Amino acid sequence: MGVRVVVVGAGVVGASVARVLSRYEGLEVHLVDANPDVGWGVSKANTGIVHGGYDDDPDRFPLRAELCALGNEIWHRWVEELDVPHTWSGALVVALEGDQRRELESLLERGRRNGVPELRIVEREEALAMEPNLTQEVEAALWAPTVGQIHPVRATVAIVENAVDNGVRVHLETEVRGVKVEGGEVRGLETSRGFLEADVVVNAAGLRADELADMAGVEFPRIRPRRGEYWIFDRSAGPKPRRVLFPTPTPTSKGVVVTTEVSGHLMIGPNAEDLPPDAKGDVGNTAKGLEEVWERAGELWPRLPPRRLVIRTFAGLRPEPEGGDFVVGNTEVWGFVNAAGTRSPGLTAAPAIALRVRDALVELGIELREKGEWKATRRDIESTIDLGWRERVERARDDPLRGRVVCRCNLVTEREVLEAIERMRAVGVRTPSIDSVKFRTGATSGTCQGSFCRVRLVELLAREFGVPPWGVTLKGRGSEVGVGDVKVLLRGASTGGEGSEE
Amino acid sequence: MRSRVEGRRDVVVVGGGPAGMAAAARAAEMGLDVLLVDEGRRLGGILPQCIHPGFGVHYLGEELTGPEFAQRLASRVEDAGVDLLLDAHVPEVRWISHAEKGVRVLSPGFSGEVRTGAVIYAAGARERHRFEIGILGDRVAGVYTAGEAQTMMDVYGILPGRRVLVVGSGDVGMIVARRFALEGAEVVGVVEIMPYPGGLTRNVVQCLEDFDIPLLLSHRVVAVRGRGRGRVERAVLVRVDEGLRDVPGTETEVECDTVVVSAGLVPRMEVLRELGALIDQATGGPMVNDRLETTVPGVFAAGNALVINDLVDHAAEQGEQAAEGAAEFLRRGGIPATDWVKLRPGEGVKLTVPQLLSGERDVWVYLRVARPVRNARLSLRGAGKEVRLPVVRPAEMVRVKLMAGEVRRAKVGGREVVAEVYGG
Repeated sequence: MGVRVVVVGAGVVGASVARVLSRYEGLEVHLVDANPDVGWGVSKANTGIVHGGYDDDPDRFPLRAELCALGNEIWHRWVEELDVPHTWSGALVVALEGDQRRELESLLERGRRNGVPELRIVEREEALAMEPNLTQEVEAALWAPTVGQIHPVRATVAIVENAVDNGVRVHLETEVRGVKVEGGEVRGLETSRGFLEADVVVNAAGLRADELADMAGVEFPRIRPRRGEYWIFDRSAGPKPRRVLFPTPTPTSKGVVVTTEVSGHLMIGPNAEDLPPDAKGDVGNTAKGLEEVWERAGELWPRLPPRRLVIRTFAGLRPEPEGGDFVVGNTEVWGFVNAAGTRSPGLTAAPAIALRVRDALVELGIELREKGEWKATRRDIESTIDLGWRERVERARDDPLRGRVVCRCNLVTEREVLEAIERMRAVGVRTPSIDSVKFRTGATSGTCQGSFCRVRLVELLAREFGVPPWGVTLKGRGSEVGVGDVKVLLRGASTGGEGSEE
Repeated sequence: MRSRVEGRRDVVVVGGGPAGMAAAARAAEMGLDVLLVDEGRRLGGILPQCIHPGFGVHYLGEELTGPEFAQRLASRVEDAGVDLLLDAHVPEVRWISHAEKGVRVLSPGFSGEVRTGAVIYAAGARERHRFEIGILGDRVAGVYTAGEAQTMMDVYGILPGRRVLVVGSGDVGMIVARRFALEGAEVVGVVEIMPYPGGLTRNVVQCLEDFDIPLLLSHRVVAVRGRGRGRVERAVLVRVDEGLRDVPGTETEVECDTVVVSAGLVPRMEVLRELGALIDQATGGPMVNDRLETTVPGVFAAGNALVINDLVDHAAEQGEQAAEGAAEFLRRGGIPATDWVKLRPGEGVKLTVPQLLSGERDVWVYLRVARPVRNARLSLRGAGKEVRLPVVRPAEMVRVKLMAGEVRRAKVGGREVVAEVYGG
């Protein structure tokens, strides 16, 4: 009889844990999440940076320091294996005045201690030669060539698809309500879909990791949501930096970043605003937060495009654990393993955290033997926008649906949408939602923000999931795009809108 | 109808809305070999979703609904022998020479490059959305642009919501407000940032007053609120002063499950910009001469891809003008060189089209005023022309004919005609 491992939280950390554990014989791995799709919590809204590993003080935050540098190394391999959209653009940490330069020197020293290669402090002229549109106020910068960027949700999707390919089972829209512990050992999880037996529970619950630990009676630092807001510009808007630009960090944050994100848009953010502990769902944008981001970004990048070229603002929450370091490994309850407290650089560290969880299982005495057959690779949906003209025409001639453009701004074809829907189902998505397609294909995230193509996606999702079009959601139950057919109110509430009620 | 796609064309028209259909029909009627490419599964552009009447009074001499107007033009396109390629996207137009272009097409039926002597670009506009007009707060379901809401209701048969707030009182906003009311939804209001309605008085009466829909002037929506990943529950409004700045302390919340944004249109310029066409910051469309030729030789523009029109009649008329321009271009091997007169907006005028006048032909000038003026005096300074108009409004495009001789007067002076509007 194998060991049943249930990973709670299908964000990038939980997904990484599931993938790493899928490699071993005798483990039955389950991945549970309350959201309708994978990667929709903390993983969804962040800067998408794979950090270098020079920020974290190894004396104060040993786990962050070790796992960030290691995670960066692993991501270099994983983006290739899993075909994750990425760019290894490198980063400049920009110092504007004398005492900031001293901060660069301490970053360099930390980077050296953490084993980060190729770090170098560049002087003003070299920094401006690298980024001619950088502020003239620059005095020096730390050049970190190992820094990169990934699309965090697409990365999570990629990891989960590969994990599922290797036998992991996913349970979405499944809320954990209790952890059953007997005799100091984990027995299973009470969920909204019934009891899930488990020998091992991995706590990758992000913002709610403290609540999950409470359910198990495991002591855990409190987690506070820290909100960060962002602006994204139209693809045509520039100038754009080639590298990720950081200001010199403060004790609480790495600061507002100016970057060209993986799909080619200029993006600025985030600020860092601590919210009350009960605001773990508050991802709204505020004028105050956004103005702060604009001002800070302007200090690094004075030639910000005009506001009319902004196509979207968004916000995300980082789980900020009391004490500030990650919480990873075994606990006082046998089988309850933490993979949490994953504030920044959590995205970077995720694969390394997953290896630590594997080690924790070994510590518990669970024997891990590698499977004879394990699939290391996964291919992404081929994006038409990434192809040259000849290839686009060839694909369309072979497959007419590769010639039917659904999203004009990002050139997403019907085939890509249908493939996204197929892959949604493969990872256990139950509720048809536009955001699931958006995160897999880029549809609705261009200049027009979906005003042309959202309804086309609705049509396809409705057909493929067998629901009426008004029952298709934007981002899960409760966000249906309509209230019924167009005559539903005139007929009276009692007879209308089949399938549209929540 | 089965159409031939392969082979070189005289004219490729990109976009099958009113401007594109009129252009294609006119060009084919002049004996040119025309291919019309459109993204939709049927011709008409945005007309099929505009099921209200009010179309065609000037252009066809009778009042029709959107679908009827589209049908008339579509029949004309067919009768004229235009070849059609539907369900087709044009991501790029390639410059080969001043006399030759490659129109790149992706579609289920045909994908490849179509060579052509002239291109008429009539791909329409896109709608400004919530993020462009600064509506912050939660990114929940229930926020739509006006055109998207119309499409959902009248093409796909989906009712987007029960309690609707409309942002923007242009004609489209008011018509959509009425459309919701007609389906039994409660329209809690139409919010307008300016101190006057954005659309025609006729629509204020017929769409709002007749349906008891409140119009809230000098206000804007600053945020929408909803829970988690749900739906809109409230909108936050604020009053604005004469400078359109928020007045602190005037925030109020309105309960609604749907916010419809009708904040104006932006010409779709990606393809023309890539091709190197100069864009007029005032119109958002390409700079054109009096044949509606862009600054890229052989590439013409019409309809909302040229300038945002309020009347479909004007869009169709521009299509015909562009077709005539393209025919002249093909016949003469290019538009003849001349010392062009520049037409530009001055006092009280927001935009003017076309921007370059030859003085060799009479020309329809389209312009939009910056604010409403009664007993207006429109001066085309440099051309020595003055026109009196009882009232001009930003919502209504002004259209005046400038004679070739009037344009030539400007050639003596600064080679410039400035459109100005004064009161009294």
